[in-house]
Formats: sequence, structure tokens, C-alpha cells
Amino acid sequence: MLEALDTIKTTALSELKKTSDKETLRLWYSTHLSKNSPLIESLRNLSNVAPKDRPAIGKHANQIRNILEEAYKEQTHYLHKSTASTRQKHTDLDITLPGRSVNRGRLHIATQTLRRIYTIWADMGFQIYRSREIETDELNFELLNIPLHHPARDMWDTFHTNTPGVILRTHTSPGQIHAMRANAPDPIRVILPGMCYRYEQITARSEIQFNQVEGLAIGTNIRFTDLKGTLTDFARRMFGNSTRTRFRASHFPFTEPSAEMDVECFLCSGEGCRVCKKTGWLEILGCGMVHPAVLTNGGYEPNKYTGFAFGMGPERIAMLKYGIDDIRHFWGNDLRFLEQF
Amino acid sequence: MKVPLSWLKEYIEITLDPHEIARLLTFAGLEVESINFIGLPQPDQLQNQTSIYGLKWDRKNIVVADITKVEHHPNADRLVLAQLYDGELTHTVLTGAPNLFQYKDQGKLAQPLKVAYAREGTQLYDGHNSSQELITIKRKKIRGVESYSMACSEKELGISDEHEGIIVFDSDAPKAGTPLVDYIGDAVFDIAITPNMARNLSILGVARELGALTKTPIDPPTANITISKSIQSALAMPNIEIDEPELNARFTATLIENVQIKPSPYWMQLRLRMSGMRPINNVVDVTNYVMLEMGQPLHAFDYDVLRNRSETKVPVISTRLPKSGEKIVTLDGINRNLDDFTILVADNTGALSIGGIMGGSDSEVSDDTKNVLLEAASWDLINIRQTVTSQQMQSSQAGYRFSRGVSPEIAARSNLRAAEMIRTLGNGKIIHNLIDEYPHHYVPNTVKLPIGEIQRSLGVDIPTEEVVSILIALDFTVEQKKNILHVTAPAHRLDIGIAEIGTADIIEEIARIWGFENIPETQISDLMPRQENNTLLEKEERVRDILVNLGLQEVITYRISSPETEQLLHPIENGPYVHLANPITPERSAMRRSLLSSVLECAQDNLRFQQRIALFEVGPVYLPELSSSDEQSSLPLEAQRLSIVISGQRLSLSWIDNRVDSMDYFDLKGIIDELLQAAHISDYTIDDANHPSFQPGAVAKLTIDGSQAGLFGVLHPDIASNYNLGEHLTLAADFDLMAFVDAMPDQYSSKPIPRFPAIIEDIALIVGDSITNAEVVASIVKSGGATLTKVQLFDVFRGEQVGANKKSLAYRLTYQSEVKTLTDKDAAKLRNKIVKTLQKELGAQLRSE
Repeated sequence: MLEALDTIKTTALSELKKTSDKETLRLWYSTHLSKNSPLIESLRNLSNVAPKDRPAIGKHANQIRNILEEAYKEQTHYLHKSTASTRQKHTDLDITLPGRSVNRGRLHIATQTLRRIYTIWADMGFQIYRSREIETDELNFELLNIPLHHPARDMWDTFHTNTPGVILRTHTSPGQIHAMRANAPDPIRVILPGMCYRYEQITARSEIQFNQVEGLAIGTNIRFTDLKGTLTDFARRMFGNSTRTRFRASHFPFTEPSAEMDVECFLCSGEGCRVCKKTGWLEILGCGMVHPAVLTNGGYEPNKYTGFAFGMGPERIAMLKYGIDDIRHFWGNDLRFLEQF
Repeated sequence: MKVPLSWLKEYIEITLDPHEIARLLTFAGLEVESINFIGLPQPDQLQNQTSIYGLKWDRKNIVVADITKVEHHPNADRLVLAQLYDGELTHTVLTGAPNLFQYKDQGKLAQPLKVAYAREGTQLYDGHNSSQELITIKRKKIRGVESYSMACSEKELGISDEHEGIIVFDSDAPKAGTPLVDYIGDAVFDIAITPNMARNLSILGVARELGALTKTPIDPPTANITISKSIQSALAMPNIEIDEPELNARFTATLIENVQIKPSPYWMQLRLRMSGMRPINNVVDVTNYVMLEMGQPLHAFDYDVLRNRSETKVPVISTRLPKSGEKIVTLDGINRNLDDFTILVADNTGALSIGGIMGGSDSEVSDDTKNVLLEAASWDLINIRQTVTSQQMQSSQAGYRFSRGVSPEIAARSNLRAAEMIRTLGNGKIIHNLIDEYPHHYVPNTVKLPIGEIQRSLGVDIPTEEVVSILIALDFTVEQKKNILHVTAPAHRLDIGIAEIGTADIIEEIARIWGFENIPETQISDLMPRQENNTLLEKEERVRDILVNLGLQEVITYRISSPETEQLLHPIENGPYVHLANPITPERSAMRRSLLSSVLECAQDNLRFQQRIALFEVGPVYLPELSSSDEQSSLPLEAQRLSIVISGQRLSLSWIDNRVDSMDYFDLKGIIDELLQAAHISDYTIDDANHPSFQPGAVAKLTIDGSQAGLFGVLHPDIASNYNLGEHLTLAADFDLMAFVDAMPDQYSSKPIPRFPAIIEDIALIVGDSITNAEVVASIVKSGGATLTKVQLFDVFRGEQVGANKKSLAYRLTYQSEVKTLTDKDAAKLRNKIVKTLQKELGAQLRSE
């Protein structure tokens, strides 16, 4: 009896080795381990065996059953692996064929750039404050220390509407007055993004509408050194961790002292290239300490409060970063342009 | 403002390289945009914003030479042969320069002509090419005479555009053979002068800045006239009357008699041309020269014209506002109708010039002028600016300077300086002293600067002695009283304000000269303001993100459009608009009222190149009939809208499935369904609508929370034909963004994943054709209750089998309980209830029945 069981075992194991796929494996299982197989039948018919032999035979039959079950599992695993590899070899799949087309949506590159700017400033505690585009001369100019007929007005070519004294804002700076009047005398840390308009010919370099992001920080202890440190932090986040900045004196009627911030050209690392006109530096933003007249107009006493302000052009930044040579691409919205971003 | 280095060096001793000077000036707020190197070698790279250009002159090959004889060319009337000595040899040089023709065939010249000579092989600019094209001088025969070198024009040397003749230097030029670069080699800085730096619209002003930056004293030009006391003048000086001292603070005049009008010496012409001005004659050139040098515009009158206009021969010059209807013909030949605010220089006969901007043609200095009356006056900058703008005289150099501010204190000095130069260069006489009417005297401005203010604003401690030294270098006078500096501005500093504004102005000066690069960087230590969400913006950005996730491309279009453009989309309702008073083009004449119109234009432009477009824009329209609620003034409402346009093939061409299906209403509807779902907006309805821009029957009205959100559907074929949109359907949506934003919840609840199995079954209904899917679904949802978790329409069928005016709708219903496993019996019960309700409410029948 025990020998018969051993023969079953030997035969089964040798036949198992011959199985080559799911089907033969299934057949093997039904022959050797199913309810009707000799091994399982012998276990079921143990009562026919002499009682003294029963424990030994039962034990042996169960051991064989476990061995075969284990071997079956191994063979299943083995065959699964080998059929998987065979399948790849045998079919004619050209894995380089293009995949099924998916329609990908995209944000406009101007929005992408704005969002990057928002994120960086948000991390530094500057919140977004938006204000209107059709403005009064008073908000756009006079309250920003640019009186009527003042020579400084030459700096902005303005679109006027048919309503006297109502213009398209030439910069986001009127937002400074809105933000100050909404918050005075509390401290302020905001950025003011939005569309601005200038009366200019549309060329590769100049547009009639463009985004600007202005920034404003006001408090009882905001200093020019803070302006430099904060804007340098921004430049590192925007243009790369090793970016260097430099500040040059400049003039804006609503700040004093006023400065231009240049960043080291991130395309040539300051070596000099076509984009930076071989100077190694790129003019990125204008900034300065808020002019006392503007503080007063916004509701802050200049002898108690100080502040800084800055302004940058997201489209200009995008042009530099992505080598865009024509500003008209932005509002031209040619998908062949937009789909590159 | 163009500033030749050689000219600067007349007032300041400076040995720095041009690029170092450019760097200093640029960092101090005088942005040097470019340096034109005239003959001098150029540095490789500049570490500032300055671009460089210019032609380097070879020291050996470009030299001063003497023309000793000019002879005719044997075979060409328009060429001459010049005999020229270059310090070593005598050469024959061919030239067509018209300014040599006067010397033709006169034998040896009494005094040789000093010229700029370029030897064989030299690189120069081509004088006959309109751009700067380099050529090399080669040996060749011209009309039978050999030529291998040349006498140069300014253009060929890269000095200016002048190519009328060759350069003929003044007779005191250095000896033949001197390298030209040693004589007139130069660097011309082109400096952008900001409005607050009007004082630097002069060589002297720039020299002063450099002086302060390098702590070098400057040596201003002399201003003395030589009066011929021994001679009695036949001419009396005019009487000056100032009617409007507020507009004309000062008026000075000098008289230079018996002047010979002739060309200026070469050195003066050269400086004028390097500074971008055209030489005319010695008198006009001196007025321009002194304006560039000192910053004071001057005007020269032909005094005999003025005398002849006066009965007594003693002109009375008054400065006054125009009489009604008064006109003047200015130097540029324009007959101008004068504005009532324009200040004139006039005599008893009428207007002589527009004060501070441009002279009249009647009293202009001509070749016949003998006696020159020279005016140097002060004018109110605002008033001048108004006239410049109104009369469109922006090209006037005088108007440009006066409209930015010229100190009245420099008028007399400048007049004396110019008068003396005219006297010398025109061999004239000055007999009378300067007349000086100065009714509106300059009052010095003293500003208090508490020392602590510097630290409060700049954040850096600059030693007080350094502060004082900076201010003194800028010509301020400083008096310290305890912790306050009393700072008095020099007369040329009209930009320094009063009181606390003046204090800020002074601090800026200190920072500028101290150097921004010497101010450290710090983090803000001030109190962080209260942080809040910008919910509106966040939701707007969320809408953008959802649409991008749905495969749409964001566009941003021009917000300035025109009624004509928008009429293509909205033929009936059209306005009112915010019109521009000064549009750049008729197509951009008003602020848009329709966002969809802009996006359709964009779709049209793209469909020329694309098989599929799916565009959206979020942006404002401008509605003047509605004003913003948060404004006291009635400015137009800027309403945020959302527009979508899709058209063309559903998928791009593919090897897997090369059917080319066009998008239809349901592509757009799918986007809107998903948008609403992703925005967690549940309270909305979609109803039939009617709008002239959309195709009847294929347009829907979206209502969110009971308020109109807008329309979407198939663009009306008549409207589509106004555009170039191709053969595909155009699907468009035009929504009020606020309807979405207002309904988007700040938060919402999630549901647990069901623990019990679902039962899914399909039902097919036959309903009347006019019954909508929305009605059927509403009925099913209502009767299905909470156990019915999903209703999906999967088939719509019309045909004989279902009968006329009827359709079959097939739905897959999902039943699932949160508390137990549903039995088939539960499902059948629910299904019966749903079907009965449908029968009762909508007359629907099960299709199997």
C-alpha cells in the first residue's frame, strides 16, 4: 500500500514536469489531486484499510498530498511566468506605435507664470489683492504722486475713455491706494496682479495690454534693506537658487528711493549672451520705498509708517525664461504657441 | 541725452575708463543705455545695462593729414585729385567731396586743409550705404587714376551720419601723421534721463553727478562777456515787460552787434553732431551748444527785424498770453492757432516766439543777420508742457527741457556764456550789458533731515560725516543742529520737495550716492499682517483647473475690442460700450462686452491650422450701464465671465481608430456636466432657450441656484457664417462666472464606499417625443429614493418599432442600500414603483410591454 502511494507520487511529479500550459496543468490536477484521483480516493477509503495500518498509511498519503499540492503551486507559478514571457515573444506588438490620443488641456503661459509668482509671494506672506482695470485719473496718477501735466506722466502713454477723467489703468499701482485705504492703519503685505493698458503700437516688444504684478508691504518697520532681502528671496525662487541680484537707482514718482532690480542672466549664468545683450544681467523689476505722499493718500502717516513697493511684468519674465522673442504671441493665442507650455 | 566723454572732461578731471563711468552713472540712476566708441578701442564686456558699438580706428592707418593742393580729375567732372601729406609721404587722393571743389586748381594752398586720412587696407564704414557696412580700402583705378587711400567723412569714421563732404578740421589741428584717435577719439554715452533728473539734461549736470560719485571737484564753464567800452552803440537795448511772472519768472537779453553769420568751427560742429544735433550757423549753433552744455535753452532774434517793427526803433519786448484768435508762424513753418494759456514773447506788432519752445519765422536769424538779440529766460514747466502737448511740439529740444524744469538761476550765466561765444565766433561786439528782468525770484529750499530718518527708511546706519560729505558733493549746504541736518538744495535742484517729501528726496540722494550695493539685505522683521483667503480668486482658478483637466486650452484675448467686431456675434443687442477716446486702431476702439466674441475670434484664427480646438477663457467684460457696488464713483462694472468654444474633430487622427468624428452638442454638454460636478454645484437646471446667436432647438439655458448662469449650445449657422470657422459645428458657451463661483461650496461631504452589493438593471421606456431626459430622470430619482444610487442613460432610439412621435430611452439603474444586501424582491418592488410613477407622470411605457 505504501509502495503504491510512492508510485503515485513519482508518476505525478514526473508528469507535472511535462505540463506546459494552463490546460495540461488543469488536467494533471484532476488526474492526481481531484476528488476522484487515486490518492484522494485512497484517503477517503481509509476505512477499508486494516485499523493498525491506518495511521501510517493515512499519514503517508497526507504527506504525499501536501508534496503534490506544493509542487502544483510551484509549477503553476513557473508556468505563469514562462507563458507571460512567451506571449511577449510570440505576438507582433510594435511597442513604438503611438498611444491612443488624449486631449490634454493647458493653462495659458501667462496664467502659469502668474501662478508661479502667486505661489512664491504667498509663501512669503504676501496675499493677492485685485482691483479694477478701468480707473480714474485720480487713482492711476494723482494719488500716486503724478499730478496732471507733471513731466513724470511722460512715462505712461495712456488710453483715455470717452468719460473725462476715466482711463484704462497704465499699471497695477492704483491697487496700492485701494489696498491701503481698505487696510489702514493695519500692516499690509499684498501683491496686486492684473491687466494693464498702454497706448502704444503693437510690436514684437510692446503691447497695448499686459499683466503686471505689483507688490506692497507697509508697516511700522519696513526698510530698504528688507526690500532688497525680500526681492532677492523672490529672485532665487523664481529664477533658481544661485541667482544673484543687484539694485540700481531709478525713478518712479510713487517710490523714493526708487530702484531697478537686475538678476544675473539665468540663461548664461552671467557670462553674457544674446538675451542679456552680453551684459550678464537682466532687468526684472522696478521697486522702491513708498513715497510719503502716497502713504498719506493711502491713509498712513508717513512719520509712523514706511513701506516698499515693486512691480514686475509676468510676460516679460516668461519671455526671458522660455526664449519667447515676440510679445504678440501672448494674446495671439496661436495653439502652436500655447501648446508648447 | 548724448554725452561725449571729451566734453565731460572739460569740467571734470576723470581718468576712469568709459565703461567704468557708465557703470557709476547707471547705478546712480543715470542709465547709460549705450556707449558709442568713436575710434577708441572697446572693452570686451560690460557688467551693466550698457550696450556698446563703434568703429576702432587703427592708430597707424588713420591719421591727420594735410591737403596741400586740389586739382581737377582728368576724366571726371565730379571728382578731384587732392595732394595730401600724411607726415611721411605725399599721396594723391581721389575724392568727390563737394567741400573741396572751392579749392580746385588754385595751385598750392596758402594754408593746408587738415583732414582725416585713411591708408590702404584700412577698415571703414561704407559712406554710400545707408546702414553701417564695413569695407576695406583697396587699390584700384577710378577713371584712369589710381586710388589706394582716402580722405574720410564723419560717416565713414562712424562719428555721425554726415557724408556731404570730407572732414576739414580747424587749422589748429595737430600735425600731419598724428593718429586720429589721439585727436578726436571719443566715447559718447547715451543716457536715459528720468523726469526727476531734468538737471542732468546737460553736460554740466552729468559732470556734476560724476563729481559727486567720484568725489572730484568740477570746474564749471566761464560766463563773462567782453564789453567793448570804447565804442558807442548805434542800437538801443529793448525794453522788457513781463506780464505773467508766474509763467515767466525771468527774462535776460544780450545784444551782439555786427556778427558775421558763417559755419561754426569744426570742433563745435563735431560736438553738436555727436550730441545728435545738426549744425546750422555759428549763432544758432552757439545757442544749441550752450543749451547742451548748461541746460538752459536760448533763443536768438534778428534784432534788426525787431527794430524795424518798432516805430521808435527801440523794441518793447513783452511776455504775455495771446489775444483771442492770435496766431504765429513758427520756425518749422507751421501757422499755429494759439491756445489761450500759451505764453508768448511779443513786441508791439505781434508775437515773436512761443516762449520757451520755438521762435517765429519772422525774426529768425538768417545769413543776412547782423545784430543778434539773445534771450535766455525761465518758464513755468507745467505751462510749457501744456503748450508742447497741445501744439504737438514734442520735438523741440527747448520745450523738452523747459517742460521738465530749468532753474531760473542759470539764465543770466548761460546768456553771458553764449553771448561771448557768439561774439568770438562771429567777430562781433558786445556794447551793452545784459538786461535781467527777474520778477519771480528763486527762493532757496531748506529741508529738515532728522538723522534717525535715514536708518528708519534705509535700514542702514550711514555715518553722519559721510551723509554730510555726500550732500556737499552734490552742492547741498548742510547745517547740523543737534540731531537734525538742515539741508539747503542748490538752485539747480528743482526736484527737491518741501517738508517730509523733501526729506525723502534727500534720503534718496544719500542712498544713491552711498550706493545701493552698499546697503545690506535683511528679512522683514515687521509684524506679519492677518492672513486670509482670497475666495473669489481661488474659485476662479479652480474653474480654470477643472476645464484644463477636461482637455480645454486656456486662452487670454485682447480686452479692447470694437462694437463692429462684437456685432458679428450679437447682431441685435450691442452696447453701451466703454469707448476709448484715443484708440490705436478702429478694431480696438472699445472695451469688450462679450467674452465669447473674443474667444470666437481666437477659434477662427486657430481653425486655419487645427483639426480640433477646445478653448476657454475666464476674464472680464465691461458694462458701463452697471456700476460696481463698492465704488462711490460710477465706474463701469467689470464682470467676470467664462466662455468656451469647441469645434472640429473629437480626437486627432489615429492608427487605432481612424474615424474622424466631429464634435457636437453633447461634447459641450459633457464638459458642462463635468464642470458642474467637479465644482460641486448640484442645484442647477438646464432648460430650453432661445437666443439669436445660437441655433434654435440646440441651445440650453443654465440656471444655477435660481440665477441665470448663461447659455450654451450650437452656434447659429447665420452667426457662424460671419466668421471663418470651417465646416464643423461650432459649440459655444457663455457664462457669468459669478454664478459658478457663488454656488461653489467652500466645503462638501464625502460618502462612504458602499458595504453592500448593488443590483443593476436596465429599463427601456417609450415616451412622447417632447418629454426630456431631464424630466424622466427627475421622475426616476424622485420615486427611486435613497436606494436608487445611479441613473445612466445608455440608449436613445426613434423608429417604427416605437411608433410615431415617440422615442425609446434606455436607462441603467443601480440600487444599493447602505444598511443591507438587497434582494431581488426589493429590487422588483422599487422598479415597479419607478415604472408606475413614470407611467403616471409622463405617460411612459416599458418597452418590453
